[in-house]
Order: sequence, then structure tokens, then C-alpha cells
Amino acid sequence: MENKEASRKAPRGFERDETSESALGTSGASGASGVEVEHTSSGDILLMKPYDSANVDARVRVNKAYKMFIGGAFVRSESGRYFQVEGAPSEEDLGADPATVNVPRGSRKDVRDAVLAARSALVSWERRTAYNRGQILYRLAEVMESRRPELTQSLVRGGETPAEAASQVNVSIDRVVFYAGFADKFFALLASSNPVAGPHFNFSVPEPMGTIGVIAPDRPALLGLVSTILPIITGGNTCVALAGERDPRTSIVWSECLATSDIPGGVVNILTGHANELAVHFAKHREVAGIDAWMVDPNLRRAVESEGADSVKRVTTRVPMDAEAWSNERKAQGLGWIERFLETKTIWHPVGV
Amino acid sequence: MIASRGVSTLEDQSDIGETGESLKCDDSVSYSEGAPAFNADAPRRGGVGSMYALFAPPAVDAVALEERAASLGKRSLKGETKLAGLRLAVAMMDLTTLEGKDTPGKVNQLCEKARIPLYQDPSVGPCAAICVYPNHVVTAKARLAGSSVKVASVATAFPSGQSPLDIKLADTRRAVDFGADEIDMVIDRGAMLVGDFARVFDEISATKEACGHAHLKVILETGELGSYDLIRKASELAIAAGADFIKTSTGKIQPAATPPVTLLMLEVIRDHYYASGRRIGMKPAGGVRTAKQALHYLVLVKETLGDAWLTPDLFRFGASALLNDVLMQLEKQRTGNYQAADDFSKD
Amino acid sequence: MAHTMTKREGEAAPPSRGAIVALDFGKAWDYAAAPESPDHVSIDPKYGLFIGGRWVTPRSGRFFPTINPSTEEVLAEVADANAQDVDDAVRAAREAYDKYWSRMRGADRAKYIFRIARAIQEKARELAIVESMDGGKPIKESRDIDLPLAAAHFFYHAGWADKLDYAFHGRRIRSLGVAGQIIPWNFPLLMAAWKIAPALACGNTVVLKPAETTPLTALLLAKIIEEAELPPGVVNIVTGGGETGAALAIHPDVNKVAFTGSTSVGKRIQRAIAGTHKRLSLELGGKAANIVFADAPIDQAVDGIVNGIYFNQGHVCCAGSRLLVEESVHDVIVKKLRDRMATLRMGSPLDKNTDVGAINSKAQLARIRELVAAGEEEGCERYSAPCPVPEKGYWFPPTFFTGASMSSRIAREEIFGPVLTILTFRTPDEAVEKANNTSYGLSAGVWTDKGAKIFYMATKLKAGVIWGNTFNKFDPTSPFGGYKESGFGREGGRQGLAAYLGVE
Repeated sequence: MENKEASRKAPRGFERDETSESALGTSGASGASGVEVEHTSSGDILLMKPYDSANVDARVRVNKAYKMFIGGAFVRSESGRYFQVEGAPSEEDLGADPATVNVPRGSRKDVRDAVLAARSALVSWERRTAYNRGQILYRLAEVMESRRPELTQSLVRGGETPAEAASQVNVSIDRVVFYAGFADKFFALLASSNPVAGPHFNFSVPEPMGTIGVIAPDRPALLGLVSTILPIITGGNTCVALAGERDPRTSIVWSECLATSDIPGGVVNILTGHANELAVHFAKHREVAGIDAWMVDPNLRRAVESEGADSVKRVTTRVPMDAEAWSNERKAQGLGWIERFLETKTIWHPVGV
Repeated sequence: MIASRGVSTLEDQSDIGETGESLKCDDSVSYSEGAPAFNADAPRRGGVGSMYALFAPPAVDAVALEERAASLGKRSLKGETKLAGLRLAVAMMDLTTLEGKDTPGKVNQLCEKARIPLYQDPSVGPCAAICVYPNHVVTAKARLAGSSVKVASVATAFPSGQSPLDIKLADTRRAVDFGADEIDMVIDRGAMLVGDFARVFDEISATKEACGHAHLKVILETGELGSYDLIRKASELAIAAGADFIKTSTGKIQPAATPPVTLLMLEVIRDHYYASGRRIGMKPAGGVRTAKQALHYLVLVKETLGDAWLTPDLFRFGASALLNDVLMQLEKQRTGNYQAADDFSKD
Repeated sequence: MAHTMTKREGEAAPPSRGAIVALDFGKAWDYAAAPESPDHVSIDPKYGLFIGGRWVTPRSGRFFPTINPSTEEVLAEVADANAQDVDDAVRAAREAYDKYWSRMRGADRAKYIFRIARAIQEKARELAIVESMDGGKPIKESRDIDLPLAAAHFFYHAGWADKLDYAFHGRRIRSLGVAGQIIPWNFPLLMAAWKIAPALACGNTVVLKPAETTPLTALLLAKIIEEAELPPGVVNIVTGGGETGAALAIHPDVNKVAFTGSTSVGKRIQRAIAGTHKRLSLELGGKAANIVFADAPIDQAVDGIVNGIYFNQGHVCCAGSRLLVEESVHDVIVKKLRDRMATLRMGSPLDKNTDVGAINSKAQLARIRELVAAGEEEGCERYSAPCPVPEKGYWFPPTFFTGASMSSRIAREEIFGPVLTILTFRTPDEAVEKANNTSYGLSAGVWTDKGAKIFYMATKLKAGVIWGNTFNKFDPTSPFGGYKESGFGREGGRQGLAAYLGVE
């Protein structure tokens, strides 16, 4: 674990030989011949696993290609760009990644594609009964529960301690259950029957805003995403989220939970990439009705708010809370989180014969 | 005789009176006032208001209608019931090809399929009719000579109906001259949507006259009418103007036939029967692709109109892909095995 | 199959105007039997009481049979709990309340309730079959209505368990303690769900007594609760008759009594617990008016009338048992109703095509017959659907009376069977007056194409639930309950929670 901690601070790339080495010893082929770096003819760099000639029968791992989640499908960036994060496998980590994994570096056009997917999914999602949405969200909690080891593992690879990771996964699942149970209740709590002075039945009801953009906090990687996305889709909106840069891979693992739950494709879209590149494109896209952005950089927050003004977006930008606050039920979940991305519609109807 | 009965029915009803509809018409009033001038060629007929002198007011509650249609889809049909239903479905089928690429070869193949749908089991079929464009009526008639399979032709500027009335009537007469037993006309949905109901009525009754001995099916193209209320209105209009059958769709527009639309039209037919004793036929067309769907429609008929309508004389399916699925289910019932699509002729 | 369209030329001439031609719903294409197979359903020969998380034999030592009302066969022997057994159950519930349930986080209570909801979905088919066997209702209804709604009630209330502060914002809330719940035989599992789910969500523990004639699905629910690993004693199921219920209602350690059933028993309970500070909610009888205006969507209204009174053989407290028809459409409605009723299929509750099942018990059948005889004696005109009646079992065909008046017994007393009384009115205010002219006030229906009229009527009708252009709709988010002698307290929705909470 010390190695893990150390590597978290280490610059990304291939410099972490000692980390890789210690872990590689347990990942099948025991031995310590070190990491070989090979340049292919096309110029790509391949990271080779050490290879012990004494154990040629050891299983060779299948590496996973991490992709973004758009419209229910896993896709690479249309730009072809990527960035790299640590994949350092640990001793407990049976489904080890290579020491470094490539993550798509989402582009402006990926934002466009994701917004389109979210917008297309909106009509059927907002028209579903609240009960149905609640059931679907509860199903997500079930899927997450069964994938708890995978989610925990990914968070550990992303730099959390096992205890932190386990706790974060637990709170995340409970939060999904919380919103699943809210899907058919917020309506009754936010709607009203208004006693207007006249022969009219007058009532106000909440309605989803549309497609909402999320710039998720860097940390906690899973709980930050869950806490921001769930209230948005509970309200009947669809969502495009940019995962935090620090551990984007966990967002992809979570996307696999989304993909195997009953949530229709396009309701949640997850991009990976750099907030300072993409946040303004969320803000500029006129099909995006609202934005929930968690960003440290005050200039970026101002830029997002300012660009959002063009389509009178409902923009909230916030400085990320500390990791503990996200676990706090009072601070990081509740009716207000749903209400933020709802409109109120008031209906007048005559009473008479 | 049939044509004259259509008119006489109309006259029978003309004294029944208004039911509060906003359309008030008599011979002396041009009921198209305020409507577009393109209806100038429409012949005037009397007693248009009578077409609303039907049993029920036209209000339709969409939610309850759809619930009822869906609940009838839950009937469980097994064994002999299923077999009899599937056979009936084959016998009720208007096997249809309405494509720009239709040729005599295609039409001939379709005729054979209609005559003998399932060579393994000669007791199945034949289909009620084949439905083609006017240009293929002669081919079909010749091929079907001696069989009970009727030839239906679409007419009246199918599928849009957006041509002058004289063209539509000429279209109809030519199809009848070619030998069509049945004419599937389309109503002018544009006129329907702007409220020029009189024009729609008049075109139908003129087409009815042009049909002579041929039977008239009136296609409402329900998918373009936008509401159940207007579908109900169009159904009543078509029946009052002389339709022998009312039919949901051309098959060129989505949605085509649906169970609630069909149920609603069956209810209009029922009201007309209550009021006049005359039995109008019903033809859902387009969108009926599976045996299961077909059985659902038969249940709608059985439980809305009863035994008398469970005959090809009064109920038809307009379909092309449906037949093979029904045949596969029939063979499945006969042999106990699920069937492979390639074992059935794809004409 | 030879056919020609010209065959119709031989038809008889159209009848004269005004004569209404009957449709023929015969056997031209009849549905073969489509029975739901009870093969994989296992019903134990004998059931004990579910107390403190265990199955125990009753201290009374007595068992009674529960029978299938469509065959009169005994399905199982069920324990007849006496006052001691009830006391055991209340103690177990109290202990569970003190030890676990009142101290548990709402979010964790929620997870247990979600588990119950999921298990009901998983076992839905089995539960539906047993419901139909034990109670006589058509499998179509137990499968498509009772079971999905029962699961939905657990789902819905699970979600409240950790959100009660939102429901009563800014007010102090507390759970009540032990809830004694007594439920009827018309929707056995669904009523158990209506009672247990909100009680648990609000942090109470439960002793539930199912109806004497329909205990089986509640006992299967106990098995589900056992498998869901709820802490022992959180839910206890005691079976028995009226005495068991009475013992539960008056037990001194029961904090809350919830009763659904007849108005007469409800009154007895209210009297019995007077002065004890027990909280009480009652969902009692009804004699609902289903009001059809001339401008109604008539065909859909006829479907709604049928659904309003023949759903579940009319064993529905909110059944639309008084049809108030605007006089101008009376004949049309009656005609269409007869034709519609001709398509209703009465018979084996397990046949998937059955629309009308068996009357729940011999006693109930006798009650229905008595009231129908009264209607005939009063000179009302009876029409019964031409359904063949099976030899064994308890059956009553869908029936309506015309020519009744507001003073007729069949227009005033709850029949709780498939019997409709048809009355007429001329103006909306007359309809309101007649609809409200009853000591009940559970529900009402209004059929008109005019929205403003629905709201006008809804404003004036004295009933807890008003259905506009629909009838017999239920949803866990929608509060249900009565005015006047139909009881007090609501079930479902935010308001339903208040029945199981102290709210300051």
C-alpha cells in the first residue's frame, strides 16, 4: 500500500517501475524482469508485462479498453485522443489492469454527441411513470451491490484506501436507493393545489427541465458522480456528465453498472476528459437546460456561468466539497438536489357546469 | 342495388334530427361555407346532418378506450380456439401489395399465395382478397378466375387522396371496369382536419356511386387524423356516406392500425347497427404483423360486435407480412414444433 | 371457405328507427379453457401462527379450514388464535419495536421493505394463484391488479422510511409502537400490503389478522418476511375469526388499530377502544354513486360501469354500486350495458379468461341473495347476465336493477356483490344530491366529456375519492379513505403516513 500511496503522487507515465514491479510479481507470471517499453513501427508505445520463462503457462491477462458511455454504448472519443491514468495493480487486485491505462479524452464533439443522446432519451424517460423510474433506479442499486468488489477495486486503483473505497461504495449504493425511493414522492412534496380566489381549480406541478450537464468533482470519484447525477435523473431529466479527472476509470466501471441496469441508453452519458477543455462546451450547448458544475478554478466557474447565459441556462457552479461532506446525508442528498433541476408548471381549470 | 341502399339508408336517417353537433346542414345551405374553395367540384347531397344522428355522442375518452383495447389483448387463446382463430384470420386476409415496384409477376405470385396459402394443409384459406393498384387488377382477376378470392383495388388517388374529385372518380371507375370486386378508397384527410366534413362525405358518396356493384372500403388513415374524436367522426361520416367497410389505414403512414383505433371504429359500427340494423364491415390495415396481434383483433370483434361479424364478409385484415406468421403458427399448432421462416413461401 | 360480400343483400330490412337490434354474443368462436396451472404452488396442509419470527402452534390448539369458494374444497387448516396467542404476538411486536425497529435507521428499514417488495414480484405468480384459489377472484385480476399493487405499496412505502421528515416538514414526528391490523377478505394480500407497508415505514411493528376466509396469502407473505430476514417480531400474523380480531383491537399494548371491513364491525371497534387513547383508522363500507352524464364518452362509461361494479364480483368497498344516469341516456346505457355484460365470463377463478369469479363465501352469497330478493320484492326490474353457473361453489351472475328509487333497500344498503342499482337524474345538482344522500362517503365516479363539470361535481360530492372518467383506480401515491360512515384516516400517499405517526 505504501507503494500505492507513493504512486498516487507520482507523475503519470512510465516512471513507476518499482510500483509495477512489486505488483506484477503476483499478477500471474511471477518474476521480476521489469517492465519493458517497446516502440512499435507506428510509434505507439506498448507496455509489456514482465515475462518469466519458467512459467510460460501462466495465464496472460486480457486488458480492458476503457471507453466513454454515450447513448447506452461504450465509445472512444471521436477525436481519437486519450489520456493516461495509473492502472497500478495491487496484490489483492485480481482483475489487474496494466500499470497504465488509456482513457478517452473527450472532445467538444463528444459533448455534442452525448447531449444529442441525452436529448433523444428525454422524451421517453420523462414520460415514464414515477413508479417505473423508481424501480429502474432501484435496479441500479441492485446492480451496484453485486458489483461492489469491482467498484471498490477501481476506487482503490484510483488512490482511495480500501476502507475509504468500501465506505464510498456503500454510501453510493444507499444514495441510489434513497433517490429510487424519492422518484414517486418529490412530486407530492413539491406540487401544490392553490386556492385561487375564483371558480378555478389551480395546481402547480414540477416538471423536468430537460438535459442537464454535470461537471463532477474530482473526488470522491464514485460518490461525486452518483450524488450529482441521481437527483437529476430522478426528477425525469437526462444527463451528460464529465467525470472527475483524477479517477475517470471508476466512472467507466460505474457506467458498466448503468449499462447492465434497466436505465435506458442515453439517460445518463458519461464522458471522460478535461474539465478546463469541456466545461464551456457544456455551457455553450443550447440544448443543455441546466448545469451542475463542481470546479475549483474560479475562472472556469465564471466562464461556465457566463456562457450559460446565452440560453438562460440554470447554472449552478460550486467549489467541490471535501470528500467527507459527500458522505453526509444532510449535505449531499435531499429534496433540494432534485428540485434544483425542475420547472414548476401551474395549471388553471374551470369548475362549473 | 347496394349503391342505392347506401343512399336510402341515408334518407331513412335524414329525419332523425340533430344531436347537438355544430354541423347543421340542409339542402339550401352550403355547408362548406368558409371552407377552402377547392371543394367547388363536390356534388351536393342532402341530409348531411343526419350522419350524426347516431346512437352515442362522439366523445371518446382515450385513456379508457386504450385500457379496454389492451384488456381484450389479455384473452388467453389456446388449442382449438387458437386454431380456429388463425384459420379465420387467413380467410379474412386481404393480401396486399401496394408498391411502386409491383409487376405482373409479383401480383401473380401473390394471387397464388392467396388461393393456396399453405400447400401442406389445403383446408387453410383461401384468403379473402388480394389488394393491388388499379393497373394490376386485370392481371389479378385473370389469375384468380374461378377462385373465391376477390380482387380489391385501391383508388381515389391512393394513398394521399390529394387529387381532384373527377380524377378520383375516374380512378375508381377504371378499377371497377378492370374488374375489381372491391374498392379501397382514401378520404381526404386534409379536408377532415380543416373541418370540411361535407366535402369528405360527398367524396365518399360520389365514390360509392362510381363503384357500382363493387364494394366500398373507406380508408380513414387514422394515423393522420390526430385524435380519437376525429377518427370517430370520420367513421360515422364514412358509414353515413355509404361505406360498406371502414378501414384504418393505407399502410403507408405510421401509426397504422392499432387495437384502440380498431375498437373505436367497431364501436361506431355497433352504434350504426343499433340505429339502423345495417352491418358495416371493418378492416384494420397496416401494422398487423403477427398471429398474436391478429387474434387480439378477432377478440376485439368478438366482444364488441359478436358472432355476426366473425366472417370475412364483415371483417378483413389488410396485411402482407401477417400471413406467413399466421401460417407458421398454424403449422406449429398442427405439428407441435416451432417453425422456421424459410419453410414458408415468401411471395 | 366460400364467402361473398353480397350475402348481406339477403339481410332483413333495417328495422324501424328506435327499435334497437340486439347483438349476438354466442359461441361462433368460443374461448377454450385456459387455466392457470397451480402445479408448482405449494400450500401446506396446516399453518401455525407467525409470531416473533417463528411458526408456532396456537395456544388455543384449534385450527379451522379455509376453502376454495369456487370448488368448496378445503385448501388448508389454519390456526385459530385466541387472546393468549394475540398476547404473544403483541409481546413479540413490542419487543421487536423496542429492540430493533424503532432504533433502526430509516434507510435500513427501507431496505427491508424493498426486499419484501422484490420478493412479492418474484413470487407474484404463485401468490396470484393462491389468492384466486382462496378468495375466488379471477386470476386475471389477482395477477394484473392485486399483485402488482401489493408490490407497489411496499416499494412506495420503502421509499418513505428515510424521508418522513420531508413528509411532515418542520414538524416533530414519532412512530406509534405496535399496530394491530385487521383486514378483509376482498383483497387479502393487497390489504395486508396497505396495512403493513406504511406501518413498517413509519417505524411501527405489526400484528396483522387476515380475514377468516382468506388467510393464505397473508401466511405466504409471512414466509416472504421470514426470507427477507426482518428482525423477529417486526411483523406477526395471527389468523382467526372475529374473536381474534376483537382480542387484537382491545389488547392494552396495542398503540394503533387499523381496520378495514364492514361499517358495523368498525363501529364496534371504535366503541370498544373508546377511552384507551389508541390511535384508530377505519376503512369501512360504501355505496358509491357512479354518475354518467349524457355528454359522457358513453362506450368508455359503460366499460367503467362494468369495472365499477363487477370488478372482483363487486366485493369492493368503493364499488360503483349506485349508477346515476342522466335520464336522456338511460336507455342507451342500459342497452349497452346488457350487451357488454353478455360478454362477461363467469367461472373458474383460475381460468385466464374469467371475468367474474366466485363469491367469496357462502355467507356472503346468502347476503347478496337476500338483498337481490328485496330488490325484486320492491318491484325493481332485475337483469342478470346469462352466465352459466358452475355446479359447485358460490356464484352470483352480474346483475343490475332498473326502476329503483332512492328509497329502495338496494339503493341504500351495501350489497358487496355484483349487483348494480340504476337510478336516473336530470340535472347535475340533482345528481349531487342523490349521490350524497347516503350515510356512506367512500368514493364516487363522474363521467362527462366536460372537464369543468368533473371538477364541479368533485367539489360537491361528499366522498373520499372521486374518479373522473375512470373508476376503481388505486395507486400507492394516492390517498384512499372515506367520509362519514365509510371511515376515517387515509391509506396511501403522504396523508396515509399520518395514520402511523404521531405528528405534532
